[in-house]
Parts: sequence; C-alpha cells; structure tokens
Amino acid sequence: MTSPLEQKKIKIAGPSMVTANRTWDGVVIYRTDQQSWSADLSDAAIVRTSDEARALLTEAVADDVGAIGAYIAPVEVRDSGAIKPGNLRERIRSNGLTIDLLPA
Amino acid sequence: MYAYDELDRTLINERVSEFRDQVKRRLSGELTEDEFKMLRLQNGVYLQLHAYMFRVAIPYGTLSSKQLRALAHVARRYDRGYGHFTTRQNIQFNWIKLAELPDALADLAEVGIHAMQTSGNNMRNVTSDQWAGVAPGEIEDPRIWSEILRQHTTLHPEFSFLPRKFKIAITASDHDRAAIKIHDIGLRLYRNAEGETGFEVLVGGGLGRTPFIAKTIKPFVSRRDILSYVEAILRVYNQYGRRDNIYKARIKILVHELGIEKFAKEVEEEWKHIRDSALTLEDSVIEEIRSRFSYPAYDKLPHMPDELKKAAHDPHFEAWRRNSVFTHNVQGYSIVTLSLKPVGGPPGDATADQMDAVADLADKYSFGEIRVGHEQNLVLPHVAKRDLPALWKALDRIGLATPNINLVSDIIACPGLDYCSLANARSIPIAQELTRRFANHDTANMIGRLHINISGCINACGHHHVGHIGILGVEKNGEEFYQITIGGRADENAQMGTLIGPAVPYVDVADVIEDIVEAYLALRARPDELFVDTVKRLGVEPFRERVYATR
Amino acid sequence: MPLVKDGKIAADLFVHVPDGAELPGDGAILVPAARFLEDPQALLAHAGKLGVIWPNNRDIDDLVPYLDRLAAIALVFPSFRDGRAYSQARLLRERYAFEGELRATGQVLRDQFVFMLRAGFDAFEVKKDSDAAAFAATTKRYSVFYQPTGDGRVTALNRRMQLRHSESAGQ
Repeated sequence: MTSPLEQKKIKIAGPSMVTANRTWDGVVIYRTDQQSWSADLSDAAIVRTSDEARALLTEAVADDVGAIGAYIAPVEVRDSGAIKPGNLRERIRSNGLTIDLLPA
Repeated sequence: MYAYDELDRTLINERVSEFRDQVKRRLSGELTEDEFKMLRLQNGVYLQLHAYMFRVAIPYGTLSSKQLRALAHVARRYDRGYGHFTTRQNIQFNWIKLAELPDALADLAEVGIHAMQTSGNNMRNVTSDQWAGVAPGEIEDPRIWSEILRQHTTLHPEFSFLPRKFKIAITASDHDRAAIKIHDIGLRLYRNAEGETGFEVLVGGGLGRTPFIAKTIKPFVSRRDILSYVEAILRVYNQYGRRDNIYKARIKILVHELGIEKFAKEVEEEWKHIRDSALTLEDSVIEEIRSRFSYPAYDKLPHMPDELKKAAHDPHFEAWRRNSVFTHNVQGYSIVTLSLKPVGGPPGDATADQMDAVADLADKYSFGEIRVGHEQNLVLPHVAKRDLPALWKALDRIGLATPNINLVSDIIACPGLDYCSLANARSIPIAQELTRRFANHDTANMIGRLHINISGCINACGHHHVGHIGILGVEKNGEEFYQITIGGRADENAQMGTLIGPAVPYVDVADVIEDIVEAYLALRARPDELFVDTVKRLGVEPFRERVYATR
Repeated sequence: MPLVKDGKIAADLFVHVPDGAELPGDGAILVPAARFLEDPQALLAHAGKLGVIWPNNRDIDDLVPYLDRLAAIALVFPSFRDGRAYSQARLLRERYAFEGELRATGQVLRDQFVFMLRAGFDAFEVKKDSDAAAFAATTKRYSVFYQPTGDGRVTALNRRMQLRHSESAGQ
C-alpha cells in the first residue's frame, strides 16, 4: 500500500495490470489490451514481465486526456482465469469502502 | 459571522469562472494533467483512490445555517449524501466528478462559500479556535485576524507558488484550542505588560515525516505590524525554502536548517523594508473588517433557568449536558459541542440530512451560526441555557448527542486507506472499533479526557504525533501495521508522543489500546489525574511492559 | 514562442545570446547573469539595449547596482510551480524602482498571467500560441484584488475605505 505514485523503477513481482482514474469523473479504470480503458477489472490486460508492464504503462500514460495517475498494480489470477485485485489498496479501489458509513 | 460584501462575492464568482474555463481546457486536452494538477489543487480538488475529493473552505470554522444547507445540497446533488469535517476546519466530499465541479462551486458561491486554496502550495485555511468570540477570558475575537490574513493571502500574486503548503492558526485564549504550535505560523493574541494587544509569533511547527513544535520568532508584534511581519516571513520562505525535495520543503525545515536566530534575522532584515508601507494596518482598517463581523443580540438571561432545573432529573440529559455543554462568556448562554463521533460511525462525518437538521437547529437555537472544530466535531456557539433540554432532544433524534466530547471515543482520524491514495493503512475501521470497545459512557467518563489520534500514513493528517494516544498506520509486507505513541499534546504545552514499541497488526490495535487504558487506570495517582499526566509522570515504560508482555 | 508585450503578441526586439556565442555588434541583447557579471562594464558598453537573464535561485542584490543601465531583466520560471521569480519581480519593481522591461521566461502559461502582471512583469515569453492569443482576455478575469502590490490596482480594502469616506462625507 506504499503509494504507487512513487514508483520509479518498473519491476513487477507477478501478474500485474495498469490502472488509473477517469479524468472527467474520477472513476477507477483498468487498461485493456485494446488500447482502451474499462471500469471492469475483468477487462484488464494482464502483463507478466517488466517489459510488458512498461509498454502497457507507456501506452496508458499517453492518454492524458482520458485518464490520470496511471500506474502498475498487482493482480491475482485465479485458476478459473478470473482476475482479482492483488493487494488491499486495489481491493478497496475495486470493491469500494471497507467500512459502514452509518453508525453500527 | 463575517458578512461577505459585493467585492468578496465578485472575487469568488470570478474564481469560479476561471476554474470552469480551466476544467474545460483540461477535458478538451488543451491543458495536460501536469499543467492542470496544481490548478485543480488550488481549488481543493484531489485525486483519491476511487474518485476525486473536493475540499471546501470553511474559513476559521465559521458557517451560517444557509451555508451549511448549501454544503448539504452539494453532498446530495454532486456526491453521495455525506461530507467529512477535517482537522483544519474544512469539509471534504469524496465522490465528486471533475466535470461537475464548476457547477458545485457555482452553487456554493451563491452563499459565499468557495474552495480557494484548500490545497496547493499556497496559504491554506487560516484556522482558529472553534469557540472564538464566545470563549470566556478570550482577549478578543481571533477570527478578525484570520479574516484579515485570509483576504491578504487569497490569490496573492507573490505567494501562490510557495515551496510547499502554508498553514496559519490563531488563538486568543490561554488554553490553545487551535493547536498553533504545530502550524507553519502560529499567532497568539495577548495583552503585554504595557497593556497593548498584539501577537506572539511562532514559526516552523508541523507534523508529517519531520515533526517540529513551532518556535517563537518574535515575542510581540503589534496589531499594526502583523500583516507586514507575516509578509516578511512569507517572502523569506518563498525565496529560500527548499524546492528540490518535497519532504524538505516546509518552512519548518528552513527554520531548522538556519536556526531560529538566523531565520529571525532574515525576516527582520526583510521586514525593515516593508514595515511602514501599504501593509500597515491602521485602526480604521481593522475596524472596517471588524465591523463586518456580526454578533448576536443576546437576551438578558438568568444563570440557572427553570427549564434546566426541571431537566436535571433526566440522567441522559444530564450526562450530555455535563459532557458537551461549555461555559459561554455571556450569562445565560452556553457553547454546545455536537459529537460527530457516534459509536461505530466514521469520525467527523455528517450526512446531508444531519447537516440540514443542524442548520435548522442553529436557526432556532444558535442565532443561525455553526462552528467546525479541528477535532472534527461541530459547535453551536450561542445556545440559551433554557433551550438546552429541547436542543438535546432534537440532537439525540439525529444521532448528534453522543456524550463523548474529549473522551476516549472522541477520536480524530484521517480518512485513511479507505479513501486516500497516500495512505499505507486504514484508519476509520480502527476508530469505529475503538468507539465500540469504549461505548459505555460511565467507563469513558471514568477514564476521563483522552485524545486518540489516528493517521493512515506519515503525512499525519490525523495529527497522531500530538495525540495523547497516537496511532500511525504503516505497511509491512503488504499487511497493515500500526505504531502506537503516547503522551503527545496539541495545546499550549504541545509535544510529540513517544513510541511504546514495535508496530502491531491491524487485528490487535483495539486490544492494545484497551491494555494501555487499563494500565493507566491501574497506575494513575488519583481519579482526576489525566492519562497524559500519568504518562508524563511515569514515562512509557510501564505502558510498554503491559502492552508487550504477551506480544 | 511568442512574446507578449503591452498586452498583445509583439515582435521580440531582444536576442538571446547563447553561452559562448559572440555578442552581436548592436541591437537589443539578453545575456545570462554569469556572463554579465564576468565583465559588466564591457557588456554595458554594448551599442544596443542590454538585458540580463537572472536565475531564480540567486538574490537580485548583485544586479541592483546596474539597474538604471539595464533596458530589460528576464526572470525565470523553470516550472510554473516555482514561484521564486514573483518575489524577485516585486523587489525589482517596488523596492528598487526598476523601470525597464521585466520579462517572464521559462514555463509561462495562461493561468499565471494575472499573478505575473500584478508582480510587475510586462513582457512574457509565452509557451503556447493559444495562451499568447488569449492574453488580453485572461487579464480581465479578475476585477477584485485583496492585496496591494506595485501594479497600482486599487485593493478591495481601499475601495471599501473610499466607500466609507464618501458615505460619511455625504452625510
């Protein structure tokens, strides 16, 4: 959960994806393998080497109008092929707040 | 309450137009994010984990009921129906869309609310005591000076691109409720030996990675000179503050690296040139600002009204009254704190419905005025004592009468990893669990005044360094861990807390806090020895032993 | 990179002389501070107008003795977020009464034009053509100013005080 916005060297520890926030409304988005963005994690392109990651990030960052703050984040790929967030930060971004908003 | 005139309103509207144009140019691609980011920050717009966050200014924590309703409107219309009050007396909305921000700002501008400089490397909200103007023993209303400084530093052409953010706080009471010693500039209004009212000026306080308590740079600056003196400090900082490393860019680092004497000399050198200039505050100018502050036409009321005598038999009312009601400087009136720390709730949050209800209650019982405290609670500053029973009933109905002010469950917490992209760990669920553990009011009262502060990262927005108990979220191997400190204070005796031992995992934090409290109860010299004084007397060792004996 | 002067795009009369290059025989020139300070008298003897480019991380004190003989001073914004040149500009105009051209260089963008004007700049090496074209309109964004600078704009406070006086005078 160390802010990935401080990432300088691109080094991935496992399957990863590129994520950002949509410029006009701030919604969480994931880079697909179709040079586009999706708000659905299951559409995310999965990269498995540092070179692939760098390439995907470079392409994502080039879309300065559509997305802001793009970075590489870990994912978990299940046996079924389902893509899940790879750490707590991405779980929160994907699933929302971990708290009840009303007193309980 | 300060009344904005045509000029103030025009400026706000001009700012909204400018931002509308900037957003348009951003969405069309004419402005890159690199060019736009600082512009949106200067209007209080952050990017958080899920969405943009919008920080609206509540200058020195004072709101009219009309303004509070406008905040409720923004929460409903542009957000998810709630807002969060911050440790700098502002309010934050967490789900705002950039494309809708100009409209939200336009709606707020209609009631004189803006988001100017709630972020960015400029002068932030000049905060003050949430009891300003009504606290017994206050020298004079510090908000007059907050407003003078707010105007002077709003869209200041020279100081809008400082090395880093700049925060000023002002107090005019012996007991510092504004935490001036942890601010970049702290101002203490007082009367000197000659009977003249002026300011002790402190500089270089701050938390974060390198916490410092502010040092006195000049023991007395007259009211006439305060603006030119602050300008001199800002000019020295703008020119010599570090710009190579954002973690070393605050004025506290410059003061530390030069030493306070050398820094004071630099400021004095600069001040000599501008001391008698357009920045000199003549009495007529101070009066002009002061005249725009209106105060209630208080009635002549008895010290102990019948309504209060009758209600005293109700133990729930009494519990609340003894906890949340404070002495006013006008007989027959009270200062009432509304707890935004219900059991199990996120600290400092209010729903739009609650905001509307508080606005109505303010109209009915507080001359239409509300205050926001840096402890993330609200205040109704002008409540007639005879109205307390009726007010309490109404607050209880909307969940704002938890009698836990200043107690263990009155927790100050940053938004943490649930919201914030800077965070290492979550803070809100920790706070929620702690309010559940300490939900029993009798227990909380027996423990006494105990300030817990939680920060989700080293940026310290929860002010954990100066909590009686401070909790700092860190990350270890992808897991959330928390460092615990004890003995910190934010008031006139400000000091940093001391670490009690290695960081503990998320699931253990509430247990650890309970152990610390149990240790305190066993060790205190008398029931009325405060936690923070027991720590002072005994040091951290006995607490460390207790907490880590089985861990 | 268009130059804006007197509120509109204008031809740049000054030539930036790069480090190491020979000085042209005449014409308006802008030279870096280091070069100027090596031999100020020689440069001041230049046949045309002389301007100095002063870095934003150096006190202007060393330049002050020559102000009355300089036609222009160019200050630098290495990033638009680096605000040191605003202080330098105000000191030059307000403390030292510099009357020559005060030029903003570096990352000079539309949304800082008003701040720069108020700080005393009157010439701008604008990064984007579209920003240069929008200069005049941009300067009209604000009509209310809280704080006094050397630009002569009446502050809100002054306007209020004037209003008060005229109100009480009218009684």
